[in-house]
Amino acid sequence: MSDRPAVAKGEAATHTPPYNPAGGRLGMWLFICTEVLLFGGLFLLYSVYRYRYAADFHAASALLDRVFGTTNTIVLITSSLTVVLSIFEFERGRPSRTRLYILFTLLCGFAFLGIKGFEWAAKFEHGLYPGAAHLLSRPFGEVLYFGLYFTMTGLHAVHVIVGMALLFTAWLRIGSGKLRRMRPAFLENAGLFWHLVDVIWIFLFPLFYLIS
Amino acid sequence: MAEATRNDAEYGEGPWFRPSTIKPGLAGWLTTTNHKRIGMLYLTAIGSFFTLAVILGVLMRVELFAPGQQIMTARQFNAMFTLHGILQIFLVVIPAIPTIFGNFSLPTLIGANDMAFPRLNLFSWYLFMTGAALAMTAVFTNGGAPDTGWTFYVPFSLKTSVNVPMATFAVFILGMSSILTGVNIVSTVHMLRAPGMSFGKMPLSVWGLYSTAWVQILATPIIGITMLLIVVERLFGIGVFDPTKGGDPLLYQHLFWIYSHPAVYIMILPAMGIMSDLFPVFSRKNIFGYKMIAFSSLAIASVGSLVWGHHMYVNGQSDTAGIVFSLLTFLVAVPSAIKVINWLATMYKGSIHIEPAFLYALSFVFLFTIGGLTGLFIGALAVDVQVHDTYFIVGHFHYIIFGGTGMGVFASLYYWFPKMTGKMVKKGQAVVAWLLTFVGFNVFYFPYLIMGWQGMPRRYFDYPAAFTGLQEIASVGAFIMVAGVALIFWNLIQGARRGEKAPANPWQGATLDWTLPSPAPLENWETPPIVIKGPYDFDHSEEGK
Repeated sequence: MSDRPAVAKGEAATHTPPYNPAGGRLGMWLFICTEVLLFGGLFLLYSVYRYRYAADFHAASALLDRVFGTTNTIVLITSSLTVVLSIFEFERGRPSRTRLYILFTLLCGFAFLGIKGFEWAAKFEHGLYPGAAHLLSRPFGEVLYFGLYFTMTGLHAVHVIVGMALLFTAWLRIGSGKLRRMRPAFLENAGLFWHLVDVIWIFLFPLFYLIS
Repeated sequence: MAEATRNDAEYGEGPWFRPSTIKPGLAGWLTTTNHKRIGMLYLTAIGSFFTLAVILGVLMRVELFAPGQQIMTARQFNAMFTLHGILQIFLVVIPAIPTIFGNFSLPTLIGANDMAFPRLNLFSWYLFMTGAALAMTAVFTNGGAPDTGWTFYVPFSLKTSVNVPMATFAVFILGMSSILTGVNIVSTVHMLRAPGMSFGKMPLSVWGLYSTAWVQILATPIIGITMLLIVVERLFGIGVFDPTKGGDPLLYQHLFWIYSHPAVYIMILPAMGIMSDLFPVFSRKNIFGYKMIAFSSLAIASVGSLVWGHHMYVNGQSDTAGIVFSLLTFLVAVPSAIKVINWLATMYKGSIHIEPAFLYALSFVFLFTIGGLTGLFIGALAVDVQVHDTYFIVGHFHYIIFGGTGMGVFASLYYWFPKMTGKMVKKGQAVVAWLLTFVGFNVFYFPYLIMGWQGMPRRYFDYPAAFTGLQEIASVGAFIMVAGVALIFWNLIQGARRGEKAPANPWQGATLDWTLPSPAPLENWETPPIVIKGPYDFDHSEEGK
């Protein structure tokens, strides 16, 4: 998201409209709406198939490890807190503390992806992945459950990576002094995106881990 | 001269298309964040894709001139109609008005100097071009051009050996571009209106673009995920659309049409908005029923999002669902008819000036009305069983999309041509081009309605001899229409090169864009204009000059 409605340098920038953070915020919220709808399509598929194959879904859910899922939920919620704290510190003009909190958030992101990767690897070992002969020998509902599990957590992981890239960019820009207290839009929007990633997980976690 | 140009670059004077002194040539264009220049980037790209898609269409009409094989095999024919559909839908008709005129004209209509997010705007263009490049690459790689039709219906799209994953991924990227354009338009309308321009003083074209942008934001993510699922399904076999793994192909159709029906409104709504600007201007009369037209845009955008099931009457959905979808479909006809009737009422006792742009606007109403009424035929459950998947659908669709949006794009091009180029086109030539296009179009597509009614299925490579006469008429019509379209291009290009100089306000429009000089400057306003009168408060003192 652009944090500044202006004309590019060298292209007749006679005047720049006064800085209005509401513009960038509005754009980001609209974008978040589209992200929710993107996942909405997947949640729709999930509801239809869970309704159709309720018993299979419950059985398949028992194959997931709740300890990993719960740990990851705690990790992500903590990271959302640290993002809020980083913005809080930034608005009070304390860039080094801001960067520390962003760094902690990034660490949480890595931890989340690590645990997720570990979980995925375990599923692959047990032949529970799309296209595996073992999975295909199981009932339809379980095939679809794992198809959706990998698609939805996979797409979510892509969003985690994008969110981390955004936060890392904010970390760099604050360090080099390019992102300043008066114009926090970039950090705020990166934070908003991170909360979106968190909220999506809050729905994924019970729907996949807690239904058995 | 060089000195003066450098000053222009610093102070923003001179036409918007003059070369940048800092980055002259192509580099300056490819890195621009100016809304008019980005609009022109889109116009160039979309114009090329349109030409390509029209050529494919002509080849199909040559093939269908007589029964049996003429110039291509059945397989090539399948690839042709698929490509024609992908190009026209995703690369031409959906983006055309929001990206070309949403960029070039929207800020000037609301008294802004640019879009809300200029860099995002340029990024959207690059996404658009990436999607286009991927779609083109899909034609020549990994099994060749998709042959599924532009709808990519499963299970066929999962089984066919051709390059479906890349084409669907291209649609996903194009969707992202469309979403970001929508975000930009909504933000621009909310944030950057000039002082005094309340929502009730916005030109109706802005209302059209604004409603469209909401549909782009709310519907496009669904096709995004659907196309992505086709890719994932093809690469990893997750099974969600594959009946051999318990998946349900009908769900694909639901997800596809949840977007793709609203997409039809992405195509037509902005054209309707611009028509609502053209009718008052060329009738020199205030619009009849401003509020109702603005409201009907929102009504079409919202009710239109709930009618996707009318594409699936014969696909096994429940009768109850069919009845509900049919009822909602009929409801959409109400706001559409409000617009048509208000346009006609605007002309009543107006001082009508026939200009090329207005000829296209009038054609829009005529052809859109035929398209809309045939839409009611196929919105009815029983009738649809007869004409489903026939030429009737193809005829209906082209009456709406070419007759509506296509004519709307031509009308907009002729309307804003003086503002874009600072020149006027040759009027006589423009009228001949319009006549060829309009007559050719009807000779082309009216037989489709008849053939469809008689049972000619769509997307067939061959047909029984009984259809030969009507097929030949349609082909001849297509050739006339294409000659007309070629003449439109020639007329516009020649007009841009050596047309007469245009005055600042050749049509005596009352919207803000016409207060700018022709051609428009790079920077619209030194200080934001203050809006005190409505978009259709015409100054009649200029009459008779």
